[in-house]
Amino acid sequence: MHMTAQTHYQAELDAGRFRIQQCGACSRHIFPPRELCPHCGAGALRWTPARGTGAVYSTSTVSRKPDAGGNYNVALIDLDEGVRMMSRVEGVPPESVQIGQRVHAYVGSKDGRGLVLFAPLREAQQPTGGAA
Amino acid sequence: MSRPNIPTSRLDAAAVNRPLRGSAAIVGAATYGCGEAPGMDDMALLARAAQAAVADAGLTMQDIDGIATCSVGATMWALPVIEHLGINPTYVDSTMLGGSSFIAHLLPAMRALEAGQCKAVLVCYGSAQRSATFGRKEVQSVRRFLDPQPYEFPYEPVLPVTAYALAAARHMHEFGTTREQLAEVAVAARAWAQKNPEAFMRDPLSIDEVLAARMIASPLTVRDCCLVTDGGGAIVLTRATQARDLKQQPVYVLGNATAVWHRQISCMPDLTTTSAVQSGAQAFAMAGLKPADMDMAQVYDAFTINTILFLEDLGFCAKGEGGAFVQGGGIAPGGRLAVNTNGGGLSCVHPGMYGIFALIEAVRQLRGEAGARQLPRARTAVVHGNGGTLSSQATAILGTAETL
Repeated sequence: MHMTAQTHYQAELDAGRFRIQQCGACSRHIFPPRELCPHCGAGALRWTPARGTGAVYSTSTVSRKPDAGGNYNVALIDLDEGVRMMSRVEGVPPESVQIGQRVHAYVGSKDGRGLVLFAPLREAQQPTGGAA
Repeated sequence: MSRPNIPTSRLDAAAVNRPLRGSAAIVGAATYGCGEAPGMDDMALLARAAQAAVADAGLTMQDIDGIATCSVGATMWALPVIEHLGINPTYVDSTMLGGSSFIAHLLPAMRALEAGQCKAVLVCYGSAQRSATFGRKEVQSVRRFLDPQPYEFPYEPVLPVTAYALAAARHMHEFGTTREQLAEVAVAARAWAQKNPEAFMRDPLSIDEVLAARMIASPLTVRDCCLVTDGGGAIVLTRATQARDLKQQPVYVLGNATAVWHRQISCMPDLTTTSAVQSGAQAFAMAGLKPADMDMAQVYDAFTINTILFLEDLGFCAKGEGGAFVQGGGIAPGGRLAVNTNGGGLSCVHPGMYGIFALIEAVRQLRGEAGARQLPRARTAVVHGNGGTLSSQATAILGTAETL
């Protein structure tokens, strides 16, 4: 059965691996996953492990009632590969997340499916060469 | 990611459209059921607004041979609208670009009118978003399946507000824009609304009240967000040659352009620059006019950050200076530029999609029919529509006969 870019991405995440696409023709990284390269139109996209490091491009604290789980963070993260994704920075108070802050990815899970989340990257912490 | 550049080839589109400048005019305009219309549904509001707009033009429904309409819910919306109105159009446009749709519908309609494909185009919308029993929650849950955004939904952004909050936070970070400046937009809209009997919210509003209001998604409080109302709106467009024989003073379409750069907010190249820089530049170029020539701006204020972004992107001030532009009552009555003189989506009306109401307010001002909020000089207007999450942008330049 054919896997779409989306089902492939999700299957990798479900297996605990964070992979993004790279265009075989123009070499640029691509996110969100697609069938065709949005830069050059080529269909030769390959999956590559994401380095997982990046910086917060923007952030918002979404208000939610305490009994529903309380406030939470929604952020846009610029990965060092030059692509942007929506995610959350976890493990810190939502309102403490700062634009420009360095973060690193990890694969969490929600409703039994894998999803990419981020945590603050400490100065001394080195990129692990893949979030998987 | 770098700030997007607009290729010259995109701006050349304005030159192609230049011969259409002033070729068509808005000859009828009407709203119906703005605010709360209990018991009404989308079609009923649309039909009543359409009927009033056609009558305003001095035409009959049987004169309408072109239609442009779309809906947030129904994918084949033009079909039941045509059925309900009993019309037999030779021109049909149901392009759905979110709230910018009805402004984006102008140029294709002008082209069809110019080509002789039709003689009178009805652009119409209705939504009982506030009163409908099938609520926004149900619509959103259905849309998750029909219009999936699998790379955003798992993070539970409350859309659209979270997307606009992310844009506002980035604008504040890059340019020092403050929450007080965002609040100025809401306060100015309310001050205009107080002069408009049709506006839904007319109580006094202060900057402190906006800041102290319930936070929805930081930095936006509930008062930074547009209303949820019912409402119908419609305009009728004919060729300029026919417009002169009709009963209303024609409002000419001098320029119009649409631009789309993305769908999801995470795919927006730069959250502080919208594709209004492209649609605006094209529309102004087609009109042969510039922002300084505008007597007013009716811009799609779904959230307070929108107004700041669009004033910048349409060229009323430099990028990053929108906060200072609106400060100190800059866009309130008596300010440096009249913006959203009906009270906008923030205080007047916002039934899901606002674009048609921005057009109608410009028409009322240009005809001198705006009552207590009437501008002393109203010959030109820029009307700007936005849709999605800062995704689609459509700009129109309108003018009275003396601007031809």
